[in-house]
Amino acid sequence: MTKITIDHNTKAILDKKDFARLIKILQEQGYTVIGPHIVDDVVSLRPIDSVKDLPIGYEDEQEKGEYSVKKVDCQSYFQYVVGQDNPRRYFMPPSQRLMSFHVDKKQFVIDQGPPQAPKLAFLGLRACDLASIQIQDRVVGYGVESTFRCESDTYYGETRRQSILIAVNCTRPGNTCFCSSMNTGPKAKENFDIALTELRQSFIVEVGSEKGKKLAQKLPLKEASESDLELAELKLQNAAKHMGRQMETEQVRKLLNNTIEDSHWDKVADKCLSCGNCTMVCPTCFCCTVTDSTDITGTKISRTKEWESCFTHQFSYASGGPQRNTIKGRYRQWMRHKLCTWWDQFGSSGCVGCGRCITWCPVGIDITEEVETLRQSNKSLLNSNNLQEVTT
Amino acid sequence: MITEAIIRPEPICGMETWFPIPAEILETRKENMNTYTYKIRLVDATLRKQYRWAPGQFNMLYVPGIGEAAISISSDSEDPEILEHTIRIVGSVTRAIENMGPGSIIGLRGPFGRGWPLDKIEGRDVVLVAGGIGLAPLRPMVYWLLKHRERYGRVILLFGCRSPDDQLFIDELEQWTQERKIDCLVTVDNATPGWVGPVGVVTDLLQRIRLNADNSTIMVCGPRMLNRAAAWSFLKLHIPEEQVYVSLERNMNCGFGRCGHCQYGSQFVCKDGPVFCFNEIADIFGKEEI
Ligand SMILES: Cc1cc2nc3c(=O)[nH]c(=O)nc-3n(C[C@H](O)[C@H](O)[C@H](O)COP(=O)(O)OP(=O)(O)OC[C@H]3O[C@@H](n4cnc5c(N)ncnc54)[C@H](O)[C@@H]3O)c2cc1C
Ligand code: SF4
Ligand code: SF4
Ligand code: FES
Repeated sequence: MTKITIDHNTKAILDKKDFARLIKILQEQGYTVIGPHIVDDVVSLRPIDSVKDLPIGYEDEQEKGEYSVKKVDCQSYFQYVVGQDNPRRYFMPPSQRLMSFHVDKKQFVIDQGPPQAPKLAFLGLRACDLASIQIQDRVVGYGVESTFRCESDTYYGETRRQSILIAVNCTRPGNTCFCSSMNTGPKAKENFDIALTELRQSFIVEVGSEKGKKLAQKLPLKEASESDLELAELKLQNAAKHMGRQMETEQVRKLLNNTIEDSHWDKVADKCLSCGNCTMVCPTCFCCTVTDSTDITGTKISRTKEWESCFTHQFSYASGGPQRNTIKGRYRQWMRHKLCTWWDQFGSSGCVGCGRCITWCPVGIDITEEVETLRQSNKSLLNSNNLQEVTT
Repeated sequence: MITEAIIRPEPICGMETWFPIPAEILETRKENMNTYTYKIRLVDATLRKQYRWAPGQFNMLYVPGIGEAAISISSDSEDPEILEHTIRIVGSVTRAIENMGPGSIIGLRGPFGRGWPLDKIEGRDVVLVAGGIGLAPLRPMVYWLLKHRERYGRVILLFGCRSPDDQLFIDELEQWTQERKIDCLVTVDNATPGWVGPVGVVTDLLQRIRLNADNSTIMVCGPRMLNRAAAWSFLKLHIPEEQVYVSLERNMNCGFGRCGHCQYGSQFVCKDGPVFCFNEIADIFGKEEI
């Protein structure tokens, strides 16, 4: 094997038969490898031990309110897209005990401190997942020096710093995907350490960072030929043309700022069950609630942080009752937040186009359709100048 | 000079975000049927010296084993070692606090939020409008204006509550009225025998005052309906939008823009507010379920 020089942006070939080496090396370096793995008939993102845990040869089918995976004949490693799991599950776990303590005289005496941040290697994240991690970084202020200590998230920061992100470019987009509309995929553009593009017998390995470079140097890589690179590029261009869904994002903030009282929200509310599935599967949702619990004597106290959904009643309870008492108010909040107010808060869209909320909505509400319907019924509004500019 | 450090001092917490630090209740005072003022002091002497806050800011008060509630600081911001919180008993946390007395330990994180626009009112007339418990976050403003009286024009306090028995800080209201350094008007929705003051909603009091529309800044805090009625009344009197400030109440869990509960359009009420300039929220202020 000829040794090749690995540098930033290097593209090289990793043979499929050497893929196991990748997992092995990560494990030797103390990483827990998180990768796609079928749990309860869904491709999930879970700790894996070896290549055997990957859903090799499986394909998924997704539609609004529908999901299935089936074994097909091919030997593809990554012929499926995202399932209901999303990466935030590991940076901000669904339920996490922050501490337990007891009160002794005038002190809070810590019995168990904050949880240790794990060292994770994500294998097989998609471009939309990478984008969602960047969005979460902005939400928690990861990497922002000036953050007050009382406002920082140590667990997130440490997990993020210690983790390595190995992405897979999507060559077979799902039926509910619309990442190209949101400009996040199907090809990983940034925020990865290594990105893989799957070919028949091998992967194109692209190095995206110093961390990725160090890892790549340990891999048995070969020079990529012109034709390999061309083939990979073609596959990705083809994928971008075959998105299952599309969303017209032009003026979407304007649209949502000027349709708060549109009657269309009543129609969505008639269907929506307010189950909160969309918020649980969405990789950018960040809402959470910290609650107290005590042991049976009432002296040992734990504080636990859990994912919260803006579709619940208690989410917005204040002295006058819930601020959003109706499903209409809650669905509107969710959708306006993702596509509109997120921009004001964090300078980007809150939707990466992963399509999870479409697939996992039990009644098949589709965010791309909702935008389109609103748009169609407000065409004249959008054309007029007499509008709320892009503000709140 | 009113600097950023005065308006927005660094909040404190325990060893980690979301870990409160202990504070001792020194004294409790009953304000009315269901409202008490608690004098508290941080247990840790070093932190106590570091702790600073500004009028309009709030703490997340914590009862171990029960949870946290956002409560405004109602004392004098220039005496930051002893804090007062005036609390209306409504739910789980506040009820648990009601059962505590001097010597009890509660927890605290804070101060959070953006308070009243201290840096923008030099030389201006200031009108404070409070409804019910909304007087709590305005009391520090009264202290501030009284302490630095010469820097400001007229100061007017309009306070409305349900009945004479629902007033807060009765002795101080009396004192402020007597001293005449500020104009202090109290109205009640329902009078009881012996009440000689005005009866009606707080916006009715506007008929009794003369405003200099070009040089007045308005600060409102009360229930939602009062906030709306008051803000709109002042706009009708030709006070410009950028001179009307409203403090909002939302459900809060974190206090620093992470939990999402307090969102109001694009705003996180906990960190972008709770005090908003009307023009920041004008497009959603009148809408429901935002
Ligand atoms: C910035 C800010 C400053 C504030 N300052 C003050 C202050 O200075 N003084 C003060 O007294 N208050 C203040 N508040 C209000 C205070 O935070 C709330 O009243 C808080 O909810 C009290 O907490 P609690 O746990 O006692 O009540 P909670 O148990 O949270 O109950 C709050 C209200 O919601 C209702 N509720 C809650 N959950 C449910 C449910 N599942 N079903 C039905 N009803 C429910 C309760 O009946 C009650 O009316 C402030 C709020 C904010 C945002
Ligand atoms: S809103 Fe839906 S499509 Fe957009 S990021 Fe969230 S789950 Fe994915
Ligand atoms: S949109 Fe669908 S998934 Fe989201 S809360 Fe409504 S019913 Fe549940
Ligand atoms: S209270 Fe948590 S975001 Fe405002």
